[in-house]
Amino acid sequence: MDDSTVGQGPSLELTPEHRMIRDAARDFAQAEIAPIAAHLDETGEFPLDTIRKMGKLGFMALEVPESEGGAGMDTLAYVLALEEICKVDAAHGTIMSVNNSLVCHALLKFGTPAQRSGFLRPIAAGDRIGAYSLTEPMSGSDAATMKTRAVRQADGSYVLTGRKSWVTSGPVADTIIVFAMTDPEAGHRGISAFIVDAHQPGLIRGKHEPKLGIRASATSEIMLDGYRCPAANRLGAEGEGFKIAMIALDAGRIGIAAQALGIAEAAFDAAVGYAREREAFGHKIGEFQGLQFQIADMKTDIEAARLLIMNAALAKTRARVTGERYTQQASMAKLFASETAMRCAHRAVQIHGGMGYSKELPVERYFRDAKITEIYEGTSEIQRMVIARAALGLR
Amino acid sequence: MNIITLVKQTPDTAKLSRTLNGLQLSADGQPRIVNPWDEYAIETALQLKEKHGGKKVTALSLGKPEAADALRTSLAMGADEAVLISDPALATVDTLGTARALAAAITRLGGADLIVAGRSAIDGNDAAVPAQLAALLGRPLLSYVAALKAVDAGAKTITVVRALEGGRETVSATLPAILTVVKEIAEPRYPSFMGIRKAAKAPITTLALKDLGLEASALAAGLSWQVGLPQTREVNCEFIAGTPAEQAEALVSKLIEQKVI
Ligand SMILES: Cc1cc2nc3c(=O)[nH]c(=O)nc-3n(C[C@H](O)[C@H](O)[C@H](O)COP(=O)(O)OP(=O)(O)OC[C@H]3O[C@@H](n4cnc5c(N)ncnc54)[C@H](O)[C@@H]3O)c2cc1C
Repeated sequence: MDDSTVGQGPSLELTPEHRMIRDAARDFAQAEIAPIAAHLDETGEFPLDTIRKMGKLGFMALEVPESEGGAGMDTLAYVLALEEICKVDAAHGTIMSVNNSLVCHALLKFGTPAQRSGFLRPIAAGDRIGAYSLTEPMSGSDAATMKTRAVRQADGSYVLTGRKSWVTSGPVADTIIVFAMTDPEAGHRGISAFIVDAHQPGLIRGKHEPKLGIRASATSEIMLDGYRCPAANRLGAEGEGFKIAMIALDAGRIGIAAQALGIAEAAFDAAVGYAREREAFGHKIGEFQGLQFQIADMKTDIEAARLLIMNAALAKTRARVTGERYTQQASMAKLFASETAMRCAHRAVQIHGGMGYSKELPVERYFRDAKITEIYEGTSEIQRMVIARAALGLR
Repeated sequence: MNIITLVKQTPDTAKLSRTLNGLQLSADGQPRIVNPWDEYAIETALQLKEKHGGKKVTALSLGKPEAADALRTSLAMGADEAVLISDPALATVDTLGTARALAAAITRLGGADLIVAGRSAIDGNDAAVPAQLAALLGRPLLSYVAALKAVDAGAKTITVVRALEGGRETVSATLPAILTVVKEIAEPRYPSFMGIRKAAKAPITTLALKDLGLEASALAAGLSWQVGLPQTREVNCEFIAGTPAEQAEALVSKLIEQKVI
């Protein structure tokens, strides 16, 4: 190949627009979130102010078209922005990720025009906060075993009864996509999705779950006690709920992967900074090969995770046109990035020695925050199951 | 109201560490930013437009082709149009040459009711261009503006509060005028993602010297300068030996000898 054709072939270079998005997200995170992240982690306060500001700037609905109230960007822009937010504070990232890729994505893809203008638009604008509620106390990885019932009434509306757990933004959400059984006999084909207005009677929010990490992201149970949902607020067809839940999770997992990448990079940057300054046995600790090998592995894992995420993000953007699923790409990105985050945070604490264990530095927070990425939106075991099934051609 | 805001792309001086020759900081290969003071100018212009139903805000820059990035940021914040003056002949231009080129461009753009700039640029820190521009255009200069008291687009008047070292001064002028603003004027907004999308696609008008009807010779630097270390002074140290009493005796007589005491 002669050099004159370089630049015309395939490239992993970001476009100027993507670079501007990344830089804008970085500037916002540095100026608005960095100064409060440690405090929010300590208190577990929900960062309503910054989330509202993010909403005005387009952070809460990056991929929703402008005509529907969003920022009208592609998935790559979304993961770049989310990564920058999570480099500074993963808890803000959780709130942003659920709102974007679970809630907005599902409403955009499956909502009727009326549902999109009534529910999606205010969420996209950041005026309302969205949540996604699949998990129940006795039904997590195996979501098809959910117990919450939605019983159709004579007037076509549904009455929802049951207990949902681990609802991200549950304590503050205005609109919750709730999955419930309309036909318990039919197993996962008996699940339907509902757009639930959290301010209506029949919905009771449980207490904030105290958590190990992402402490500023509020999580709670939701009790549904005869909550009446108009027929017009059913999302998709009856029995289509499980499919909607899984398609939303495909999108969601790319977001969690980006979150994990942000945490991994924050941990890496901290580790490198410390290794260049700290001295032991008459040397900077970064001069010891034992430490260098760890740095090398962290850096390599981070770059590999980034490429898997870009791959999944591009697949998702293509899917807008082709309609193809990108389940396997999303699962691989999430699996690898979340385990990278955990490894990097673990090593960053170790490289910091005692200071890694101190609340004076954010490294211990990265360590606590990293763990969730291996658990929610499908544990690492579930991601391996999804990837292997696709590889083996099993259903 | 038509507003032009002057935007300069500068190095991020907070990130400069390498030196070129032991004397000058090198910005080569470093990320470049919108001169932070100019962000306040952009914000001022946008707020004026929002408040007074202005026609448009045009961001105007003089710089290398890369300075288009600074203009894109201005567009993403909300500026309507962006114009870049760029010409290889401008590489070594000084503040007066810059002001001449800006004045020509502003005239070509049909002038403006207000021209807003930051108080200075963080690289050169001359704070000279807006004043020179005001002189060239024959318009009043209101520098170091901390607050706008009244802007009357109909009567073509403006009243501002200037933040000066010794205190504050309220002054009025007729429009068109040139303003330089300080931090207190307004908190610059973040570019929104919607704004970034618009900015990424927006055309940026580029003007070369010939488009402005200017000759490079007319802009030649009137001033030459050179960077150097301050002259070193020769210092001789003499140590006085002896017992404390002898040392004191010797020291005092030396000081008297040197007419210090
Ligand atoms: C902070 C937080 C926020 C959350 N936010 C939301 C939310 O917004 N909405 C929502 O619906 N849910 C949410 N969840 C729930 C989350 O998605 C589930 O916790 C997760 O899917 C795991 O389910 P589980 O906790 O029931 O674990 P289980 O399903 O009980 O799993 C327990 C263990 O068994 C393993 N396991 C299970 N099945 C298999 C198998 N077949 N092979 C091998 N191993 C297996 C799992 O990997 C895990 O290690 C959240 C959870 C947390 C902690």
